[in-house]
Amino acid sequence: MEFPILSLMLAVPLVAAIACLFLSAQSARMVALFATLFDLALGVLLWLNFDIGGAQWQFVERAEIFAGFSYALGIDGIALMLIMLSVFLMPICILASWDAITKRVGEYMAAFLLMEVLMIGVFAAQDMFLFYIFFEAGLIPMYLIIGVWGGDNRIYASYKFFLYTLLGSVLMLIAMMWMVNDAGTTDIPTLLNYDFSPQAQTWLWLAFFASFAVKMPMWPVHTWLPDAHVQAPTAGSVILAGVLLKLGGYGFIRFSLPMFPEASAQFAWLVFALSMVAVIYTSLVALVQHDMKKLIAYSSVAHMAIVTAGLFAFNVQGIEGAMMVMLGHGLVSGALFLCVGVIYDRLHTREIDRYGGLSINMPKYALFFLLFTMASIGLPGTSNFVGEFLALAGLYKVSTLVTLVCTTGIILGAAYMLYLYRRVAFGEQRNADAARMPDLNAREWIMLAPIAAATLWMGVYPESFLAPMRQDIAALEVRMARAAPVGDSQLRVGEPMERNANFVAAAHDAEGAH
Amino acid sequence: MNLASSLYFTGAEVGLSIVGLVLLLVSAWGGPRSARLVTILAVSALVGATLFSWHLFDLAVSETASRAFGDLYRADTFGSFAKILIYLATIAVLMVTPRFFDQRGAYRPEYPVLMLFNAVGMGMMVSATDLMTLYIGLEMSSLSSYVLASFLRNDTRSAEAGLKYFVLGALASGIILYGVSLVYGFTGSTNYEGIRAAFAIEFSTGALFGVVFVLAGLAFKVSAVPFHMWTPDVYEGAPTPVTAFFATAPKVAAMAMLVRMAMEPFAGEVDAWRQIVIFAALASIVVGALGAIGQQNLKRLLAYSSINNVGFILIGLAAATPAGVAGVMTYLAIYVAMTVGSFTALLMLRDPMGQNLETFDDIAGLSTNRPALAWCLLALMFSLAGIPPLFGFWGKFVVFQAAVQADLVALAAIGIAASVIGAFYYIKFVKVMFFDDATREVETESPIGHWIVLGLSVAIISPLGYFLTIPLGEWSAAAAASFAAAM
Repeated sequence: MEFPILSLMLAVPLVAAIACLFLSAQSARMVALFATLFDLALGVLLWLNFDIGGAQWQFVERAEIFAGFSYALGIDGIALMLIMLSVFLMPICILASWDAITKRVGEYMAAFLLMEVLMIGVFAAQDMFLFYIFFEAGLIPMYLIIGVWGGDNRIYASYKFFLYTLLGSVLMLIAMMWMVNDAGTTDIPTLLNYDFSPQAQTWLWLAFFASFAVKMPMWPVHTWLPDAHVQAPTAGSVILAGVLLKLGGYGFIRFSLPMFPEASAQFAWLVFALSMVAVIYTSLVALVQHDMKKLIAYSSVAHMAIVTAGLFAFNVQGIEGAMMVMLGHGLVSGALFLCVGVIYDRLHTREIDRYGGLSINMPKYALFFLLFTMASIGLPGTSNFVGEFLALAGLYKVSTLVTLVCTTGIILGAAYMLYLYRRVAFGEQRNADAARMPDLNAREWIMLAPIAAATLWMGVYPESFLAPMRQDIAALEVRMARAAPVGDSQLRVGEPMERNANFVAAAHDAEGAH
Repeated sequence: MNLASSLYFTGAEVGLSIVGLVLLLVSAWGGPRSARLVTILAVSALVGATLFSWHLFDLAVSETASRAFGDLYRADTFGSFAKILIYLATIAVLMVTPRFFDQRGAYRPEYPVLMLFNAVGMGMMVSATDLMTLYIGLEMSSLSSYVLASFLRNDTRSAEAGLKYFVLGALASGIILYGVSLVYGFTGSTNYEGIRAAFAIEFSTGALFGVVFVLAGLAFKVSAVPFHMWTPDVYEGAPTPVTAFFATAPKVAAMAMLVRMAMEPFAGEVDAWRQIVIFAALASIVVGALGAIGQQNLKRLLAYSSINNVGFILIGLAAATPAGVAGVMTYLAIYVAMTVGSFTALLMLRDPMGQNLETFDDIAGLSTNRPALAWCLLALMFSLAGIPPLFGFWGKFVVFQAAVQADLVALAAIGIAASVIGAFYYIKFVKVMFFDDATREVETESPIGHWIVLGLSVAIISPLGYFLTIPLGEWSAAAAASFAAAM
C-alpha cells in the first residue's frame, strides 16, 4: 500500500483545528499558518508525484470503516487542480486574518482549518456519500465564520447562506440514494460509467442541479452570495469566492455531466439561458454598486456563468475553459477580496466613494490591484484570458447566440472593473484619511505576491495546469459524446491551400528561370 | 414453555419490579434521607437490567424468539434492543436529576422508584405480543409518568403539566382500548399472531376502524401530529429532568411498540396503515418545525424538536421493510443520545444563584461564558438538524434511504425538504449562543456527573459516531430481523 498522502492532508488541518481551540491567540495563528503551509507542501508533493497520462484515479485509498458507504479517496487531474487551489489559498487566508481578527482567534483558526479539511475532502472523495458529507459539512464552519466574525448585518447573511445552500443540497441526497439503490454501489468511478435510464436522469439531474446551481451560484439563486460576501471577514470571502464557489462547477463536472449525459443535453438550454441572463444582468448590477465587496461578488456570479455555459458546451475546449476560469477566478477574485481587505483594514469601510487616488499614497498596492483588475477582465497574459477564451471558443461550436451574449458580458466586465479601479486608485484624493493610508506592509506583500505570480504563470504558460486535466476532460467528452448537441455555427474545417499564403509565385518563377 | 423459562425471559422486568418494591419500602421507612441511596440502587438495578437485556439480545440473535407465558411476551432482539435504549436513557436521566430537585429541596426517594416502575412498564410495552400485556405495560408506564410530571407539587406549572398529561393520556388510552376491543371483536384474538392470521383471512371495515383507533392512540403516545398538542405544554411545565425523561425513554418505548404493532399484527395490512403513517410523518415534520420557530422557551422548543424527530422516525416505519425498521432503531439510538445530551446541557445552565435557565435570552453569548458547554450544544443542535458530519445526519440518512428503497421517493423528497425548516431554529440556537452578546451571568461550574453524561452524548453524536455505524447497523438489522416472519 502506498503512502496515504490524501488522508494525511486531511489529518494535518484537522489536528491543528482541534489544537487551535485550546490555544492562545498568537499560538493559534502560528499553528494555523504552519498547518496550512504543511498542507501546501503536501499539495506540491501531490502534484509532483501525479502521473500525467497515467491511471485516471491516483493516490487511491479505501477503508471499509463505515456502514453504507466507504472511506474512499482518490483524485484525477481535475480534482488535483482544485485541491491545489485550496491549499494554495489557505495560508494566504490565515495571513489575511493575522491582524484583522482579534476576538476568539483560536476558534476562528479552527473554523478555517476545518474548512480546509472539508474542501480537500470534497475534491478527494471517491464515495458518493462521503462526498455529500464533506460537501454539506462545509456549511457549519462557514456559518460560524460569517456569523461570529462578520460585519454588521452578519446574522441575516449567515442565515441566508445556511438555509439557501441546505435547501439546495438535501434534494441531491435523495437523488444520490436513488442512484445507489439503482446502481448498487456508492463508488464514484463505477457510477461514472453506469447508464441511468434517460427518464430517471431527468429527475436526478434536476435534483443535482438544485444543489450545484445554488453553490455555483447561478442566477436567480445567487442572492445569498452578495450578502454572504459583504458580511464575511476578508479571509472568509476569499475562501468563499476562491474555493466554495468551485464546488458547484466541480459537481457539474463530476456528477451531472458524466452521470446524466442525456439529461444534461436535454437541459443545456436551461443552463445557457440562466447563464446568459446572469452574465448580462449581474454585470449591470455590478456596475452600479457602491460597495467594493458587493461589486466583486456580483462579478463572481458573472464569471461563474461563463463556467456553466462552457461546461454545457459538451466539448473539450468548453470544459477545459470552464476549469481554467474556475482556477483563474479562484485566484483573481480571492486576490481582489484581499485587496479590498487591505484597505478595509486601514479605513474600515467598503464604500468606494470614501477612497480615491490611492495610486498616489499607495503605489505598490495600486500596482497589485491593477494586475488583478486586469486579470479579472481577462487581459491576455493573465489567467482568466486563457479560460474565458477557451470556454467561449468551445461554446461557439454549439451556439453563436450564447457566445455573443457571454462575450458581451466580458466587455461589461471590463467596464465595471475599470470603473471600480478608476474610482479607487485614480483621480483626486478626496478624503484626508484615505490619503494618509500607508502602503503595503511585508505581510500583505507575502499575501499578494504569490497570487500575482500564479496569475501570470497561468496566463503565460497554461499548459502546466491543463496537462494534468487533459486526459480526464477527454474521457469526459467521450462519455458525453452520445448526447452532445449539434452546434448551430456549422463550423467546417476548410481544405488547406496548396501553397502557403505568403507564397509569391513570381519570385519562384523568377528563381526557376535561372 | 415452563414457568422457569418464562421468568428467565422476563428477568429484566421481574428483577426491576422486585427492586422497585423493595426500594419503595426503603423510601417509606427511610424518608427523604434515603433519596441518594435509593437513586444509586435504582441506577444499579437498571444497569443490571441493561446487561441482562444485552444477554437476551445475544441469545435471541442465535436462536429464534423466546416466548414467555404462552406468548403473552416475547424476548426477541427487537425488544431487547429497545429495552437497552430505554434503560440507558433512564440511567442517564437519573444521573442528572438530583441536583435539579436539591436546589428546591424537593428530591425524594419516590422519584427513582417511580422511574423504576416506569421502566418496567416500558419494558413490557416493547416486548408485549398480546394486546393485554401491551395495555398493562402502557398503563404502568403512563401512570408513573403522570406522577413524575407533577413531581414538583408546589409548582403550579408542574401540577398543570401532570394534570394535562393525565387527562389527555387517559383519553388516548381510552382510544387504544376502543381500538383493541374492535380488533378483538373482529379477530377473536388478542394475540399478535392470532390477529395477523385472522386479518389474512378477512380484513373488514370494522377491523380497519380498530386498527386506526389503535394507531391513533399510539400516535398520541409518540406525540405524532395531529395528536401532539399535549407535548409542548407538558414538556414546558414538567421539571426539566422529567422532561428529559419523557423525551427519551417513553418515546423509545412508544415508538418501538408502534413499530411492533405495525409489523406484527398489522403486517398484512401495510396498505391500510401506510397512508396514515405517511400523513403523520410529514405533518409531524412540518408542524414540529413551524411550531418551534416562535418559541422563546428552550424546553418548549425541544418539545417541538421531538415532534419533528418523530416525523423522521415514522418515515422509516412507512417504508415497512426490514431496512425501515432497522432505520427506526438506529434513529432512536441516535435520538436518545442527542436528546439526553441537549437536556443535560439545559440542566447545566443555571444562574449563579442556582436557578435553572430556560429561555433564549438566558443563553445569549454562552460561547464566551461557557465555551465548552456552548460547543457541546452547537454539536447537538447541528446534529438535531441533521447536518453532516455530525451523527444526527446518519439517523436521517438511514430512514430516508429505507424510504427510497421502498419506492417512497416522493415522501423522502418532501420530508427532507421540510427538514430545512427545522434547521432554521436549530441554527437559531447556535446564533444566540455564538453571535449574540452575553446578557447575564451564568453558573460557571457543573458537577462531574453532568459532564460525563453530556460528554458521552456529544462523543456519540460527534463525527466519531460514524465508527459506530457498522455495529449499530448490525444490531439494528438483528432487531429488525425479529419481524422476518411477518414481512
